[in-house]
Amino acid sequence: MSVSEKLMRLDRRWVFLLLIVVCVFTFYADFQIPILTEPESEAIYEFIDSLPPGDIVFIAIDYDPNAWAELHPMTFAIAEHCWRKNLRIIFTALSQNGPGMADQAIRDLSDSLKLDRVYNGVEFKGREIVRGVDYTFLGYKPYYALVILGMGQDFRLPFPTDYYGTPLDSLPMMKGVFNYDQVACVVSVSGGTIADAWVSYGQGRFGFPLFFGLTGVMTAQYYPFLGSGQVSGLMGGLLGAAQYEELADNPGRAKEGMRVQLLAHIVIIVFILLGNVGLFVSYRRKLKEGR
Amino acid sequence: MKRQLPFVLVFIFGVFMVFQYFAPHEKSERIYEFFLDWIYIIGTFALALGIWSLFRVSVDKIKNHKEAWRYSYVTLAGLYLMIAFGFTQRVGEPWGWYFVWLLLSLVCLGSVMQARAATSTGQKKKYAAAALVALALAVVVALLDDAWAFYFYTAEGLENSMFRVFFDYILIPILATMFSLLAFFIASAAYRSFRARNVLASLLLVAALLVMMRFNPWIPGAEQVARASNWLMNVPNLAAQRAIVVGVGLGMVATALKVVLGIERGYMGKG
Amino acid sequence: MDFQTFLWTTFGVFVTLSIFSFLYKDNPFYKFAEHLVVGVSAGYFVIILWHNSLKPNLFLRLADGDWYFLWLNSSAPWYIIPAILGALMWTRFSKDYAWVSRWPMAMYIGIATGMAIPLEMSNRVNKQLYAMMADINWENFFGHGGFDLFDTLSGFSQVLIFVGTLTGLIYFFFSKAHTGLFGGMARVGICTLMIGFGASFGFTVMARISLFINRIQDVDVWRQAAFDSSNPGHHAGFYVVFWVLALFVVGYTVYEVASHLMRKQAAG
Repeated sequence: MSVSEKLMRLDRRWVFLLLIVVCVFTFYADFQIPILTEPESEAIYEFIDSLPPGDIVFIAIDYDPNAWAELHPMTFAIAEHCWRKNLRIIFTALSQNGPGMADQAIRDLSDSLKLDRVYNGVEFKGREIVRGVDYTFLGYKPYYALVILGMGQDFRLPFPTDYYGTPLDSLPMMKGVFNYDQVACVVSVSGGTIADAWVSYGQGRFGFPLFFGLTGVMTAQYYPFLGSGQVSGLMGGLLGAAQYEELADNPGRAKEGMRVQLLAHIVIIVFILLGNVGLFVSYRRKLKEGR
Repeated sequence: MKRQLPFVLVFIFGVFMVFQYFAPHEKSERIYEFFLDWIYIIGTFALALGIWSLFRVSVDKIKNHKEAWRYSYVTLAGLYLMIAFGFTQRVGEPWGWYFVWLLLSLVCLGSVMQARAATSTGQKKKYAAAALVALALAVVVALLDDAWAFYFYTAEGLENSMFRVFFDYILIPILATMFSLLAFFIASAAYRSFRARNVLASLLLVAALLVMMRFNPWIPGAEQVARASNWLMNVPNLAAQRAIVVGVGLGMVATALKVVLGIERGYMGKG
Repeated sequence: MDFQTFLWTTFGVFVTLSIFSFLYKDNPFYKFAEHLVVGVSAGYFVIILWHNSLKPNLFLRLADGDWYFLWLNSSAPWYIIPAILGALMWTRFSKDYAWVSRWPMAMYIGIATGMAIPLEMSNRVNKQLYAMMADINWENFFGHGGFDLFDTLSGFSQVLIFVGTLTGLIYFFFSKAHTGLFGGMARVGICTLMIGFGASFGFTVMARISLFINRIQDVDVWRQAAFDSSNPGHHAGFYVVFWVLALFVVGYTVYEVASHLMRKQAAG
């Protein structure tokens, strides 16, 4: 058996092992790579950065733990950016396991925001994040398309109470806030088809500025909406999260993961090239043998 | 009545929703909000069907000792524990006899499953007796221990630390890891089947390589590669995806029209 | 990190490694983790449906009067109707009365499809076609500020978007044979689509690798917590738990590899 044929018949578990070794070694190696930002991510950062204190940002945490790796860093980066700028946030979670993700993010961010920090040369004093004043977490309802429509009429229609059972009318932040008209923008951090519903049923019907944080798998499919102006900004995958962390000067898991991403991509490209070299070698052999 | 009425209902509701979109009069908006309000409740009952199905399948597997039936105990234990955590919460700091109550109720549940699966009458009686004893003890513990309580009408259960622990340290790691296996399968698939056999496959390959290398600072002309990749996403990729979006949109509208007009009837099932 | 949290983190790492063990082969640890997550996930969903959906939207509205008489004293007693309709969904499990579940399903399907018609037509078709036919920027046809092929807003890029979208749509039109000029345009369309799929694949690779990177990060958090002597609550128990799991994983791996080699030797 020739070398190329042996390579083609390689047990895939050796491929798995090589990938694990490369990723683990790169993780513990001490180097950083520069993150170049793209206009799609810059649009989201600049919009949120331009909002005056007190404005409300609607963050829809529409993903499950399977997309946690890429989307949780986005949620952290955006929510921390909003709270550092004294913006108020309405969270909702329209995916099945989204409420738990949102609950965890809020708890972790509340701890993080108690510390004094400096971002982009500006000092931010640590503070306590208060439920009902700095944020409202609406929770989950099934049938996200109809929930998005219902929130356009009145948040109280699908969500008479928040996630913790408190009536919305008794929350100080929700006084005078009825629907998307009182919200500066909607940021949907989504791992599935809920993003489609935000475009068609949300932005399409109510016309608010819509931004997306999407998994890498979905990102390419939403560029048409970016091009048509239906979506005003887009963060795609771990790179998008790293770009937002770079813009916000708030390095986190995304930036840390990009160097491992780089080496892993190089390994996969080597695999692809090896496979194609094998293909060309076998073509040449067949040509020589007159087949 | 059995088959015709549902199609009439689909037509009436469908036409009303189209009409309401183009004529958002105050009265039609009231009716529209009414419908939405009802759908949230009806939809919740529909989703509960799936949970009941899971329970039935697991119980059936244990009863009939089907393949890997012992693992169904793990499934049922996980299901029961999350529900128990979600409806209970400690009153102060100590947990009291909470975990004893949980253990007793799990023993009761397990004994009931074993009783159903038992083949001889003697075994059935033994397990049924064990279930009754465990149930009685669990009830006694629940009634006498005031370190914790049941909360069905308020949401304390959502803040139960055990509920959060199970979500953070069981649900998240397992689901995240299950999907991370795909990293290996995509590497293996890329190695085995990503071949430039013809012009089209080569185009796909070149586009993929350009996108994968766009954040690599070590290749010569890294900035130009990044710009080229960004152009590829915003021009040819956008064109391709737009064609797909328009095609899918037309398909969705056509299918929705067929459903509303009763031409498409498969969703109602047989009978 | 306190010891209790560390123990739960250790369990999280254990189930993570159990799932990863599937890469070698199916085994009891993987099956255990798989069945556990199914049950926990279902139980979690029951709680969320109750606290976030049924309770606020139905029971609180029905019980705003006298608790004991529920809807009879409620200010909104009509909410009993969607409750009944929802309960009728459960007749799906009955052989004789399954047809009753079609009525509430018909309501939902009618509302969802009725709403989809104008919104999907407007947002997926009309707005996309409108964007496709944007005015061509003839002044900056080859790029703003000179010749720049990678300017996404240049007239050239706009023409490419128009041609690519149109030919892509032509490719999907299968009612006419793809021959002659039509076939040529369809060929351009499929080339454009291949570029789009390639871009999707590139992003997909990044997405999948990110998922694995995250698991490494989480296992590393556990490792760091085990050896974090600056933590005031740190004690010998952290090391014991760490080494118990580490040695168990290494031991089981060695056992599996050795068994595999012995079986191979016996077969060969």
